[in-house]
Amino acid sequence: MTDTDGSPFAPHTADETAAMLAELGVDSEADLFDIPETVAFDGEFGIDSRSEQEIRGELQRLFARNDDLTEFMGRGHYSHYVPSLVDHLSDRAEFLTSYTQYQPEITQGFLQALFEYQSMVVELTGLPVANCSMYDAATGLAEAALLADRVRETTGDTVLVPEYLRDGKRSVLENYVAGAGLTVETYPMADGNVDRAALADLAGDETVMIYAENPTVRGTIEEGLDEIGEIATESEALFCLSSDLVALSLLEEPAGVGADVVVGEADVLGLPTSYGMGLGIFATKEEFLRQVPGRLVGVSEDQNERRAYTLTLQTREQHIRKERATSNICTNQAWVALRAAMHIAMLGADGLVDLAEDCVREAAALAEQVDELSGYQAPVHDRHHFREFVVRSDQPAKAVAERLEAAGFGVHAVDDHLLQLCVTETNAHATDELLAALQEAS
Amino acid sequence: MIYDQARYTDDETKHEPLLSEKDESTVEIGGSKRDSPLPDDLTRDELTVPSLSEPELARHYTRLSQMNWSIDSGPYPLGSCTMKYNPKFTEDVAADPNAAIHPDRSADSAQGNLGVLHGLQEYLATIGGMDAVTLQPPAGAAGEFTGILIAKAYHDHHGNNRSEVIIPASAHGTNFATAAMAGYDVVELPSDEGGRVDLEALKAAVSEETAALMLTNPNTVGLFERDIVEIAETVHDVGGLLYYDGANLNALLGRGRPGDMGFDIMHYNVHKTFATPHGGGGPGAGPVGVVEELSKFLPRPRVRETDDGDYEQFAPEKSIGKVHGFGGNWLVLIKAYAYIARLGDEGLSDASAKAVLNANYLAEQLAMEVPFGPFHHEFAATAGDRDAADVAKRMLDFGVHPPTTKWPEMVPEAMLTEPTEIESRRTLDTLAEAFNAAYADSDEAIETAPSRTTASRIDQVSAARNPRLSWQALDDE
Repeated sequence: MTDTDGSPFAPHTADETAAMLAELGVDSEADLFDIPETVAFDGEFGIDSRSEQEIRGELQRLFARNDDLTEFMGRGHYSHYVPSLVDHLSDRAEFLTSYTQYQPEITQGFLQALFEYQSMVVELTGLPVANCSMYDAATGLAEAALLADRVRETTGDTVLVPEYLRDGKRSVLENYVAGAGLTVETYPMADGNVDRAALADLAGDETVMIYAENPTVRGTIEEGLDEIGEIATESEALFCLSSDLVALSLLEEPAGVGADVVVGEADVLGLPTSYGMGLGIFATKEEFLRQVPGRLVGVSEDQNERRAYTLTLQTREQHIRKERATSNICTNQAWVALRAAMHIAMLGADGLVDLAEDCVREAAALAEQVDELSGYQAPVHDRHHFREFVVRSDQPAKAVAERLEAAGFGVHAVDDHLLQLCVTETNAHATDELLAALQEAS
Repeated sequence: MIYDQARYTDDETKHEPLLSEKDESTVEIGGSKRDSPLPDDLTRDELTVPSLSEPELARHYTRLSQMNWSIDSGPYPLGSCTMKYNPKFTEDVAADPNAAIHPDRSADSAQGNLGVLHGLQEYLATIGGMDAVTLQPPAGAAGEFTGILIAKAYHDHHGNNRSEVIIPASAHGTNFATAAMAGYDVVELPSDEGGRVDLEALKAAVSEETAALMLTNPNTVGLFERDIVEIAETVHDVGGLLYYDGANLNALLGRGRPGDMGFDIMHYNVHKTFATPHGGGGPGAGPVGVVEELSKFLPRPRVRETDDGDYEQFAPEKSIGKVHGFGGNWLVLIKAYAYIARLGDEGLSDASAKAVLNANYLAEQLAMEVPFGPFHHEFAATAGDRDAADVAKRMLDFGVHPPTTKWPEMVPEAMLTEPTEIESRRTLDTLAEAFNAAYADSDEAIETAPSRTTASRIDQVSAARNPRLSWQALDDE
């Protein structure tokens, strides 16, 4: 038995502790600490230790205070059904409780899984280099801008981003690029999509990077991506395109429209709705390989001449290059990448494309039904949509969202009279109830 | 102990085949085969992805897991990484379906999640001796970046445009990279002969240009900075701020708090100190604590409790904005809360006590010299005239993971070792035997090791010289 007053995860018996202390020639653990009296602390945090059972009960009761809503919410955080295999296999302790693969000979399994994840991202983006994760889509975008700044051949200092952009992405981007002396400027949207004429006018010598999303944060599917790529090329700026793993399975391949960097939400697969926790895609062209942030898994051979995987090109990274590193990132989202790869593997090619096509069909079908209600017009933008779309409401959007919440539904209010609805296989069963509640709320 | 790692060998050239070597299925998207909901010009032409059955995938990933070391497999004493046991119940707590909600929900409908965030903010504040905490940074390095942005905002607010961040040479690489990302020049501070901050060098380095000193305490060879009060005064006297890198907080729980030592800003590595699983490299979380004067600069939104016991979100008055698209690594934060609640005051203090006891006991059993002390939860042994990386590779054959090698540089051929509190005396003895056996082994034995792991020694140089980063790259050969 361990000492009951101590950490339940320190296995020392009182006798063992005494024997170890005796061997070190000290009376107590306190004698091993070299902390001056003036800054010592008495150990009283005021945190009561609870049993495992008590904590589970406490948190169950606390989480039950969240309202039981059926969410029709997206805008950068999505819900897709995660197959049970993903939980069961990713939760194997050999994966979950391992560290970064600094000793590759003994961590081949995780390295191979990450190599497979990178390969899946390469297939989906068409770009030949993908890292094994960023924290989320926002930090991936920010790192893309820093990469663009490092590789630019012109002297510009502007990153152009769309008018419709999550506050989180824009703020993270501004925080990351400020130190490099870049500023973020906005280009307008036209009926949901990039206003390409306006973008062409704004882009120029000062532009380091043009950022666009497909689908956009309002769920519309872009129609002129290759033109955006051309605008970027003409201004010698990089074209950074954001998407997600499901949308990439169906929509135009980024490499084919001139994207230099692809970022976005990889967490759409492998992670259930998790209050904003993410997994950031980062893929780019061969020529920028040595400017990539984050970890890369590559292939080599072991002494027996068998294929072996290892973290590689580490001279880009902070633990080697310090202040000249491509990024400060160290801990990443490896386990989430493992889960995303498992989910992709479970879906397979047909499953991925089916899922993506359903995201188009279900959004269109729900928009049509909402449009039939009195007091609403949908979709507001005359575009194809992916998962989500904007609804015009005669009533103030905030009031409608509040009434829907009272009726058990979570939706976004994105402007005075604009709501946004997101539909996937996890909430499609409840669209009739949502429609009834919308009608009631109008 | 002898360890033979699982090794599924497909043929003379490889072990477990890649998914793509098991199947490649192509779906054509345009054309008449599918009833596509989109016009062809908006879609890709085809998609090629392995398409395997669930039983095939279950075996694939089980095999990969068996070809992987973990803390549940055995000792993992990587210095500065704090690989401690991850309690299983925290996984169950984090899997509560009621906690799996959208981040844009109204505060009214997310009281449970906000309650946990608030509770964790409070726990971390008291543990660090800080006044206010943000949970948004998704990793330690992201926490550092957040902290340095706060320092910058503070100086800007007072009309001081400072240009330098001072960092000891022995600090983690992330500190240097973080300061550079935030636009600062890095001033590298040498160590004194005892391995600590050279106070005279610090006094010479500080100036009106000093935005902050980033300090790890105990430092990366486990030494407590005894002059911490004078260090803090030196930095504060020129108007700079003191930043605490929380990587080594596991040495201090219950015995010293950064806030009491004069630190103004700190980050916590919950995937180290608070036992959330490392997941093969992440996700972690890097909450940041600050003193009251800096709380108005914290990222938005923060969580506070109202007079009637509800929770609400608010934007600090001079917030730096955001450092993550949403609120950070939520599932990790739940686990950290549960771990801290499980330990309580006595458990937290005992974790550090046993971590320090274990490090000292283990060092005592080693044939290698430990140049710097008294150390706390970790120590840097020197492999002397042996190559530390080779010694480490040989250790892999003995059923243990080796320590961090060749870092920090102030110790030649360093083996930076942190056993944490979770190892028993018996395991520490086994670990010591592995160290000593590898250290005493012949040059040939250590240079050709390991042999019992899935892969034998891997050629790192050719991996970097000829980068092949995807199965597509292998196909092209």
